[in-house]
Amino acid sequence: MTDTLTPEREQYRPTRIRKVLAFLRNTWRGLTSMRTALVLLFLLALAALPGALLPQRDLNEPKVREYITQHGWWGQLLDRLQFFDVYASVWFSAIYLLLMVSLVGCLAPRSVDYIRSMRAKPVLTPRNLSRMPHHTRAELDADPDEVLAAATKRLRGWRKVEREEKNGARSISAERGYLRETGNLFFHFGMLGVIITFALGAMYSYEGQVIVFADGSDASEFCNSGIYAYDSFNPGLRVDGTQLTPFCFRVNDFKATYADSGQPIAYESNLEYQSGDDLADNTWRPYHLEVNEPLRTDGDRVYLLDHGFAPEFTVTFPDGSTRTHSIQWRPVDNTTGLSEGATKFETPGITDPVERRENQLAVTGLFAPTAMLQGKVLTSAGPQLTDPAVAVDVMRGDLGVDSGRGQSIFEIDQSMVDSGRLERVARENLEVGQQLRLDDGTTVRFDGVNQWVSLQVSHDPTQVWVLGFAVAMFAGLGGSLFIKRRRVWVRVTPAQGADDQRLTVVEVGGLARTDQAGYGEEFAKIADDLLSGDRKAR
Amino acid sequence: MPVNETLSQYSDWSYTTAVAVYVLAMVFFLVEQSFGRKGKQAAARTRSRELVGAGAPATTETTPPAGAPPARPERTRADRMGNMGVALTVLGALLHLLSLVLRGLATDRVPWGNMYEYIAIICFVTVVTWLVVLRKSPVRHLSAFVLLPVVMLMFIGGTWLYAIAAPLQPALQSYWLVIHVSAAAVGSGIFLIPGVASLLYLVKARNETNPAKFARFGPKLPGLEVLDRIAYRTTVFAFPVFTFGVLCGAVWAEAAWGRFWGWDPKETVAFIAWVIYAAYLHSRATAGWRGNRAAVINVIGFAATVFNLFFVNLVTVGLHSYA
Repeated sequence: MTDTLTPEREQYRPTRIRKVLAFLRNTWRGLTSMRTALVLLFLLALAALPGALLPQRDLNEPKVREYITQHGWWGQLLDRLQFFDVYASVWFSAIYLLLMVSLVGCLAPRSVDYIRSMRAKPVLTPRNLSRMPHHTRAELDADPDEVLAAATKRLRGWRKVEREEKNGARSISAERGYLRETGNLFFHFGMLGVIITFALGAMYSYEGQVIVFADGSDASEFCNSGIYAYDSFNPGLRVDGTQLTPFCFRVNDFKATYADSGQPIAYESNLEYQSGDDLADNTWRPYHLEVNEPLRTDGDRVYLLDHGFAPEFTVTFPDGSTRTHSIQWRPVDNTTGLSEGATKFETPGITDPVERRENQLAVTGLFAPTAMLQGKVLTSAGPQLTDPAVAVDVMRGDLGVDSGRGQSIFEIDQSMVDSGRLERVARENLEVGQQLRLDDGTTVRFDGVNQWVSLQVSHDPTQVWVLGFAVAMFAGLGGSLFIKRRRVWVRVTPAQGADDQRLTVVEVGGLARTDQAGYGEEFAKIADDLLSGDRKAR
Repeated sequence: MPVNETLSQYSDWSYTTAVAVYVLAMVFFLVEQSFGRKGKQAAARTRSRELVGAGAPATTETTPPAGAPPARPERTRADRMGNMGVALTVLGALLHLLSLVLRGLATDRVPWGNMYEYIAIICFVTVVTWLVVLRKSPVRHLSAFVLLPVVMLMFIGGTWLYAIAAPLQPALQSYWLVIHVSAAAVGSGIFLIPGVASLLYLVKARNETNPAKFARFGPKLPGLEVLDRIAYRTTVFAFPVFTFGVLCGAVWAEAAWGRFWGWDPKETVAFIAWVIYAAYLHSRATAGWRGNRAAVINVIGFAATVFNLFFVNLVTVGLHSYA
């Protein structure tokens, strides 16, 4: 038998399978080692940095385009390398996936060890306690049993085991601070949970922005019935826009309060909403919406993001027919509320498309909530709506809305102006109630101003889970940093004193299993109690 | 809410006086550091203790602290300078606190609503933490190195970033301001100390491997073990506080901005700093990374904290631009 066995062992051949296995094993070991985890942590920090330095697409798309055009090939290269979508990029994902694998690879064996250690008894008492970092020794005039009983009592709360040793000695081996590892595992599993739920959130969450008037009219109503209801919509990877949570709201007013310095103090808005059963029986519930106080309904949230003005114009055409329009203008200066925009009109009663395209009107220009004229130039003195005025250019001609190209609601199509198909027919400053007259007898009156609010609807079914895991992580962190794992051993050996007196040699050793634990003080106290307390008792 | 301008004026005076007192304290500490023997003695003391620790195990760690050896009956002049420095630092801290309290009373809110106030809070936390460290470790003569960045920050805060007392903008009107910003400030304030300690660690380590480097300065520094312990203990304390600050920030962001995490520049750099400090804690448990490398990581973490304070708030445009 042995003859056949030995040569076989010598004939170990690194077959292909074995090579592959060895390679996999070594890769796994390398990946899950602490050193790799450290390097990966650094890479993660490094990879996250461009996201703070470069404009990011999901935060500010126009700025990204501006950056790319400004920086030429460099910008394009960065774009191709996904530097403007850092957190969705291949390399960032690769690092964090590797880190996750490393984390799992570290946690799995550690959890097994943890379960094993939770059941295990404290380790054997080292033969030579004087080798321990903490050590004291004394000869007591007491019985070994008494010493051990006192030690057991003193070490309440420690996990301990009493053992008989050779040559009549007995010892207690005690350990404490197991919660440190519990905390450690809690922290890391919590982190794993946060990463996973965060990734799920990126799949199933969405947010959409919508601008509505704040006057309780039809233009102030919104229903979460589909993507088309939004002005902009950012879906998660698995959101296709169907099956949105149904709810509706109507914004009844908006109020901004400012300090004398013009600094905003409060933005608030009253709205009514309905969701769930309320939709069926058409019940509206009131809500006072403020910054920091989103409306939470049916798992979705509605936020007050921004506000602005929508000047209202009435155009009276030569035939006497009138058209009144009001559309939001966008703020160009948030501190003064100065806004710009374009309110577009069709001349009524014209059916011929060519003629129609020659008579479209647009009222463009600036709006100031608190007008201040420097010569003829209109600026705004403050964001309060105290003395509104507009400085408008009236454009007539082809607005280009039939061209098939999308166009901004805030601007007129500049190419139409450049090609001469849209021309300026008037330029004037108007206060509320004032009007201007065009050469063909058409009048444009500035009626007043409506306020609009920009609201955001957010949906994220995972965020409660993220919070839960984050809390677990934080609790675990506390335990893993502040609980000290430490051991203490007590060994009693009966001895003979000089005049045949019965003595007990007591040795106490201690070891902190934690970095910078500051165990010295606690150990000294324990040792002191064990060694002097008994003496006193006698 | 009207601002009480008288109180705000007193607050500003108090702030300026506190900076002046810190500068004076710094001078005293520098004198102690330069002319005192204490530094050398402290260094020698820790070295001898290390040697004992390395050779045979000491019976206990709690040998009476060598602060009062019989060989040194009367205090040297440098020693007295150091004590006066500490007294001045305490005085400065009290004035500093007064300035914060007055600012809060003047505006009827927590006094950390803009960059000036935030920096003031951070510096206060740093000074108080350092005073606590002083009670535990014989590093008084190093105080100037902690006060220097404090004074610099407070100078920058008080001149370029100064903001007159004003009410809060709507986005900041939340009780989370109290929780999130105070946690972030306490975390960042404490992180300054391991940053300084780790820098000194690197200097000391350089000096120990090659005595020609930092030949005059190095020997006056306390032992590596002391610097490492200060850095580790303060980091271990600040890290959970900072983590708490980031978590609260996420909860607040959910209520204010519609998402709990959106890679806003401030969030990103806070994440980076967090990862670096996490790496620091891990590095101490990894063979080959203890000592020098851990100190380097801590210094990088500190750099990230400072970067987060200035660059992100003042240069990049993000949701945290409240300066």
